[in-house]
Amino acid sequence: MDGEELTEQETALYDRQIRVWGANAQRRLTKAHILVSGIKGTVAEFCKNIVLAGVGSVTLMDDRLVKEEALNANFLIPPDESAYSGKTVAETCCDSLKDFNPMVLVSAEKGDLSTFGTDFFEKFDVVVIGYGSRATKKSVNEKCRELSKRVAFYTVDCRDSCGEIFVDLQNYKYTKKKLEETVECELNFPSFQEAISVPWKLIPRRTAKLYFAMRVIEVFEENEGRKHGECSLLDLATVLEIKKKLCEANSVSESHIPNSLLERLITGNIEFPPACAIVGGILAQEVIKAVSGKGDPLKNFFFFDGQDGKGVIEDISNSLAS
Amino acid sequence: MATQQQQSAIKGAKVLMVGAGGIGCELLKTLALSGFEDIHIIDMDTIEVSNLNRQFLFRRSHVGQSKAKVARDAVLRFRPHINIKSYHANVKNPEFDVDFFKQFDVVLNGLDNLDARRHVNRLCLAAEVPLVESGTTGFLGQVTVHIKGKTECYECQTKPTPKTYPVCTITSTPTKFVHCIVWAKDLLFAKLFGDKNQDNDLNVRSNNSASSSKETEDVFERAEDEDIEQYARKIYDHVFGSNIEVALSNEETWKNRRRPRPIYSKEVLPESLTQQNGSIQNSSVTDGDATVSAMSSLGLKNPQELWGLTQNSLVFVEALKLFFAKRKKEIGHLTFDKDDQLAVEVVTAAANIRAESFGIPLHSLFEAKGIAGNIVHAVATTNAIVAGLIVIEAIKVLNKDADKFRMTYCLEHPSRKMLLMPIEPYEPNPSCYVCSETPLVLEINTQKSKLRDLVDKIVKAKLGMNLPLIMHGASLLYEVGDDLDDIMVANYNANLEKSLSELPSPIVNGSILTVEDLQQELSCKINVKHREEFDEEKEPEGMVLSGWTPSPATNGESASTSNNDDAVDVTEISTGSENASKKRRLTEIQPDDHKKEAENVDSGDDDIMEIENPMMVSKKKKRVA
Ligand SMILES: [Zn+2]
Repeated sequence: MDGEELTEQETALYDRQIRVWGANAQRRLTKAHILVSGIKGTVAEFCKNIVLAGVGSVTLMDDRLVKEEALNANFLIPPDESAYSGKTVAETCCDSLKDFNPMVLVSAEKGDLSTFGTDFFEKFDVVVIGYGSRATKKSVNEKCRELSKRVAFYTVDCRDSCGEIFVDLQNYKYTKKKLEETVECELNFPSFQEAISVPWKLIPRRTAKLYFAMRVIEVFEENEGRKHGECSLLDLATVLEIKKKLCEANSVSESHIPNSLLERLITGNIEFPPACAIVGGILAQEVIKAVSGKGDPLKNFFFFDGQDGKGVIEDISNSLAS
Repeated sequence: MATQQQQSAIKGAKVLMVGAGGIGCELLKTLALSGFEDIHIIDMDTIEVSNLNRQFLFRRSHVGQSKAKVARDAVLRFRPHINIKSYHANVKNPEFDVDFFKQFDVVLNGLDNLDARRHVNRLCLAAEVPLVESGTTGFLGQVTVHIKGKTECYECQTKPTPKTYPVCTITSTPTKFVHCIVWAKDLLFAKLFGDKNQDNDLNVRSNNSASSSKETEDVFERAEDEDIEQYARKIYDHVFGSNIEVALSNEETWKNRRRPRPIYSKEVLPESLTQQNGSIQNSSVTDGDATVSAMSSLGLKNPQELWGLTQNSLVFVEALKLFFAKRKKEIGHLTFDKDDQLAVEVVTAAANIRAESFGIPLHSLFEAKGIAGNIVHAVATTNAIVAGLIVIEAIKVLNKDADKFRMTYCLEHPSRKMLLMPIEPYEPNPSCYVCSETPLVLEINTQKSKLRDLVDKIVKAKLGMNLPLIMHGASLLYEVGDDLDDIMVANYNANLEKSLSELPSPIVNGSILTVEDLQQELSCKINVKHREEFDEEKEPEGMVLSGWTPSPATNGESASTSNNDDAVDVTEISTGSENASKKRRLTEIQPDDHKKEAENVDSGDDDIMEIENPMMVSKKKKRVA
């Protein structure tokens, strides 16, 4: 047992979930500090879930000014211009989230994540990058890995009715109950850079197509200097060109990535709220698992596609190479 | 993303949501964000503190208010221009009839109990409105689509009904903590604070009555001037002491069982408690205050702490004293309520003292409350995920994408890499008594069983009828309704007390009954088979109803919640199970995956629900090799 008991107030509020994961897990949750950036629909769902679950603190980063389109799948922004005008997305969401659970410290932080040094990330136990560029994901992930303490690192991205979660828990030890015994488990996670560098021809063919499609879109946005979701059907030719190059470089056939899927990803710029709820729910569950040390974490990618309804875990790591 | 055509179908749709709880809050939010503009929502519940950890539309200041109304207001704040109509009412009320249901394009269930689910299923079938059904418990969830004639209905597979225990296990030979809880709640608590005229199997007779002239003295009667503590101790000594001694005198019972130990208050408690803690005198609470608590007057803070015999005994006596001192007016008409702190204290303490007697491990108040209140494990994330899946199915229903309908399982541990596993829906079960017209078979002792037993145990409990009517040939034996005259009511009441074979139109072996519910527009036939004997352990109801499914091997430990929180009966986590009559189409799933799931389901380090967790129902269906 680490630390003090839960208060009466906490026990009453968290009664139903303590019945799921136990009082020890709840105690660990109340001490976790979480950094979240990029607050679009899926991340708004995620934030709601972890604030309700009762983590210690949530720090929000998103300096975009609130505009009409930000309201779409983000229920944390009230549709009242006088409430949000001149405020950033993070500031507006912060006000709403505080209200969900007064026992959680919610705050907003300004600045560009990719320019922050490692000491900034040391304050957190969990870092979640929402809708980040490939460069941001890589650099923040590396900074988290430089720290002596383990910071759990996640990225999440949703396009059309599709979603992707990436998880890096570095070297992760946890216990789980198997019938009567408690078993010690250990997992080694690759970094984002390591994972996406695994040659495609080593990845089993039945792996979710979304994995490859998302890599194509990432490269497209990086090459063209686009922000997340800044693309349309007009970009299809360029995207298909990138796909062709990547498939050639990886010596896999182009049929690996259906064009129709790429088309969906570049045109579906309005978020699909049910997919946000689902992916934001899975992400919160994973963060709760990692913080509480309970349950098998997902390693290391999760994909959801609203079209076939499947939510699939894929392990894409160096182990495929050996 | 939704196409243009989908968007306009969503905009023009009128949907009914039943339930504004854990799933309901998430569902209403996701519907509103997805562009639904005409949403009706029914929920009879009011908001409680323990809802706030996941029902995110509610705040502490809303405690006590209607869930449906507060949820509506909260969602209108971020989607002000849509139409949401809330009903703070029971979905089983007569105003929600078939015509009411007919106005909707789709019905979405976020319910917490079997009864209401079955009721809505029948109304949707009668009104021919598609139903999207859902349930969650802990990290497990399920979403299904029910469309009359196309997919199975909610009742095509048997659903587990609440677990009942043989009377003697509860009254004399408990072996599990849950038996002690049932005893403390249904017998002791009911006897102490409930309706005095209700049947109760608790022995209330003083055993030294042989020497007394009044040989039927009821120990539970409290004399006007009797000291509260004296009374509490008398009850203590009677139920934990002398009743156990009486039971011990029956040597036959204990031949192959561990003998219980009688416990008397003087062994565990000091002579007088009043001097030790002057709680009652000192406390400032007024009569009728529902916040009085033995824990706080004894200075106990942590509900998860395991109390020993002495602490439990102190809590028992203190809670009894508080009931008589502070809540006297309620005595005689109380029923157990998991949100009544003092009631939970009495039941926890009594169950623990009894458990100590019988050598059964004791439990904390937190755990005891969960068992006594059939509390559902619930987390926000699963509800959010399930709500997203419901909306995805609802959109397919509106677009009539019948070949895309899926039944989706939300799993805690991946099965074939999947955490969210869609499966093609089943076809309707041709022998379902609800959505087809297959007769049921009832084995019953027609000479001994009364019509009342048939009504209570079969028609209401098993068939889930709300306003039943029972006919035998042309003769009407029983009905319920507001429009009956006094003579009819008297007749029906007289029939209730008669054995089946003594009824005006006698029910005997081979009789065929027609049972109807006019509100649900459901009618079914029951073939009666006379049977002399029933096994008290295996068939405690004294009758057996069968016939609408190829009798799946239902898990004997299973139970279902009723009138509780979020959800339940995620009965079909069995991913590899096969409907006996036809093969599931998702053939790639390994049958063994299900087992893993079930084993891991309850891995809480606090081991909260090691005993017959009423939520984790795992219905094993017959597998096709
Ligand atoms: Zn059916």
